[in-house]
Amino acid sequence: MLTRRIFLGTGMAAGAFLTAPTVWGQAKPKVVVIGGGAGGATAARYLAKDSDGALEVTLVEANPIYTTCFFSNLYLGGFYDFENLQHGYDKLAGGGVTVINDMATAVDRAARTVTLAGGTVLPYDRLVLSPGIDFKDGSVPGWSADTHAEIMPHAYKAGPQTQLLKAQIEAMPQGGTFAMVAPPNPYRCPPGPYERISMVAHVLKEKNPTAKILVLDPKDKYSKQALFEEGWQRHYGTMVEWVGPDFGGNAVEVRPDTMEVVIDGDVTKVDVCNVIPGQMAGKIAAIAGVTDDSGWAPVDPASMKSKMDENTWVLGDSSAQGDMPKSGFSANSQAKVAAMAIRGELTGSKTFPAKYSNTCWSLIAPEDGVKVGASYEPTPEKIASVESFISATGEDAALRKATYEESLGWYAGITADMFG
Amino acid sequence: MASLLPRIAAVLCLSGAPLWAEDIGDAERGATLFAQQCKACHQIGEGAVNRVGPQLNGIFGRKASSLEGFNYSRPMARMGADGLVWTLETLDAYIENPKALVSGTRMNYRGMKDPQARAALMAFLRDWSDRPQDIPESEPTALKTDPDLSAATLSIQGDPEYGEYLASECQTCHQTDGSDQGIPSITSWPAEDFVVAMHAYKQKLRPHPVMQMMASRLNDEEIAALAAYFATLEE
Ligand SMILES: Cc1cc2nc3c(=O)[nH]c(=O)nc-3n(C[C@H](O)[C@H](O)[C@H](O)COP(=O)(O)OP(=O)(O)OC[C@H]3O[C@@H](n4cnc5c(N)ncnc54)[C@H](O)[C@@H]3O)c2cc1C
Ligand code: HEC
Ligand code: HEC
Repeated sequence: MLTRRIFLGTGMAAGAFLTAPTVWGQAKPKVVVIGGGAGGATAARYLAKDSDGALEVTLVEANPIYTTCFFSNLYLGGFYDFENLQHGYDKLAGGGVTVINDMATAVDRAARTVTLAGGTVLPYDRLVLSPGIDFKDGSVPGWSADTHAEIMPHAYKAGPQTQLLKAQIEAMPQGGTFAMVAPPNPYRCPPGPYERISMVAHVLKEKNPTAKILVLDPKDKYSKQALFEEGWQRHYGTMVEWVGPDFGGNAVEVRPDTMEVVIDGDVTKVDVCNVIPGQMAGKIAAIAGVTDDSGWAPVDPASMKSKMDENTWVLGDSSAQGDMPKSGFSANSQAKVAAMAIRGELTGSKTFPAKYSNTCWSLIAPEDGVKVGASYEPTPEKIASVESFISATGEDAALRKATYEESLGWYAGITADMFG
Repeated sequence: MASLLPRIAAVLCLSGAPLWAEDIGDAERGATLFAQQCKACHQIGEGAVNRVGPQLNGIFGRKASSLEGFNYSRPMARMGADGLVWTLETLDAYIENPKALVSGTRMNYRGMKDPQARAALMAFLRDWSDRPQDIPESEPTALKTDPDLSAATLSIQGDPEYGEYLASECQTCHQTDGSDQGIPSITSWPAEDFVVAMHAYKQKLRPHPVMQMMASRLNDEEIAALAAYFATLEE
């Protein structure tokens, strides 16, 4: 076995050796990144920044403007402006990344090319997929993303859907009912649906205090549950009713035409219905053939490289890596490990042991912030959680305010880290 | 020819890089041990119910004596009320010698002396508790690599590229341009103050949980490399 020291030595020698092709006038190695979100934008930025022009980095993103899902709940609650959720790609382009606004429609792994909707064919040496999520059809009976999202929005990909949901909440009749169909595991942002409930409750408490909130949940347990339950009771009294699987939360059908939800056979009329369906890897991952039966893309825990293809990496929500929750923080953390590994392969730069981490903040009420976090390391089987923490119930207001302010700092930090 | 070169580098890097975290133990062996030593009294897995002993699904992170419908002994009920929570450490101690942790417990089990066998059993039990990907705060599933004992990290001491890689993790929250929008700036600090602050988090003298977690996985050399790297960043 090589020792670490010897390995680094050889690594550097190989690196020196590798500069040769450039001298011979060969093209630079090409990396194509599909998806300019938390994982993809970070990967593209770090690949370009740290390789100092040795790599040709192309980012393919369907939308010219990225709207973060993170903090989109705060927008629903009136704590954050919509414009502040939006980020362009100018600085990434200025930082040496070629940004193409188009949809990737095909991947030929044998030929190592990506085809875009506009017809462009991009060759690559390494491919990075960070396409986020798509919705599983049929996961909520009566609802399909294509036909019903304008009536019963998911708002689980941020953008017009988020604005629609906000408008619906504000237009609710006095004393009306807001229902959420919560998603089955695994889904992006484990505390996300419950932070959303908190924000909706905050708006209704101000504008529509006799309204009701129904959470229909197929899971018997969810992240930060004790913190949310404590907060809902303290701030919103009896407004929020959570219906778990024991009471029919796992047997829900929706009727968009009549604005009804059917809970274990009982029909309830609602005014707003937020359907968050079951999820799977962004479709291009399946098109590229790197997903398995679970609908997610298995990856090597030490590098985020696809287990199905040695030239492809999968980051963020789409990946099946083990213990990390699907979050923007996780995707950003994974992207740095991937960028290091890809540079190592293509330029011979040094690679270091992977370290991953995650923290998810949630806002329960004005200045009442909580957080959960963990650090992760690879084992041969998976990325494993090795340490975790969570805010405690009963914390004082000053600590909760500091936690909220910290989340504002994190938002500024991660978006600067993604987009430059 | 040119296309071969990157592949050589790839093999070198990837064969040397992984520094695996340690699994809690061998879960398969744990399953056998459970069948031999616990199953007579306890059920675990889909549809598990209370028998002589309480069912053990979700035991990691569960408060002691907290299952409704199971009649615990008074000493066990008292430990639960005192705040005993089942974690890797407390479970390990209970299985090693039940009466030493909860004197008077009604669990009539002599204890398991072999630490490796206990580790295997823990790994098996852990598989039937909350999954961190869904409930991030749930108990860890592996043991973290000891930041002070790994030869691999020691030999990369003072490596500026390593400092830069380590720092990328910090930049999710701390901005490189030194701006403070809710999380303090850590650029342009005197290296000494930086090192002192990081050790204060690592030793849990400074109370912040995020920073305690960040610092706890860094060894002295890594903290020094980070201090050096951040000191060079201009505001
Ligand atoms: C309500 C809500 C709240 C959240 N709050 C938090 C939070 O507080 N903290 C946190 O860390 N995380 C949070 N998250 C989770 C976070 O948003 C996601 O986990 C994260 O964005 C995942 O990053 P990603 O790179 O995998 O995918 P995304 O960020 O979704 O990026 C995928 C990108 O790929 C593009 N794309 C997809 N397919 C193609 C294609 N074929 N061609 C071209 N482009 C394509 C999409 O347009 C998109 O821009 C929240 C999520 C939600 C829904
Ligand atoms: C002879 C029956 C018996 C055997 C064998 C036995 N247990 Fe128990 N166990 C019990 C009983 C009874 C209790 C309740 C103890 C009390 O109330 O004091 C218990 C309690 C526990 C608890 C605490 C549960 C809670 O809800 O707080 C754990 C954990 C546990 N056992 C694990 C194990 C494991 C692991 C093994 C195998 C190594 C094992 N037990 C073997 C009977 C048994
Ligand atoms: C998840 C967000 C997050 C990450 C990641 C993070 N920090 Fe911090 N850091 C904070 C917060 C919040 C504080 C303020 C803590 C407090 O109040 O003690 C802080 C404080 C600090 C301080 C003390 C600042 C002061 O003014 O006293 C130092 C030094 C520091 N961090 C270094 C680091 C380093 C080095 C890393 C990477 C290894 C890192 N941080 C990663 C959030 C983070």
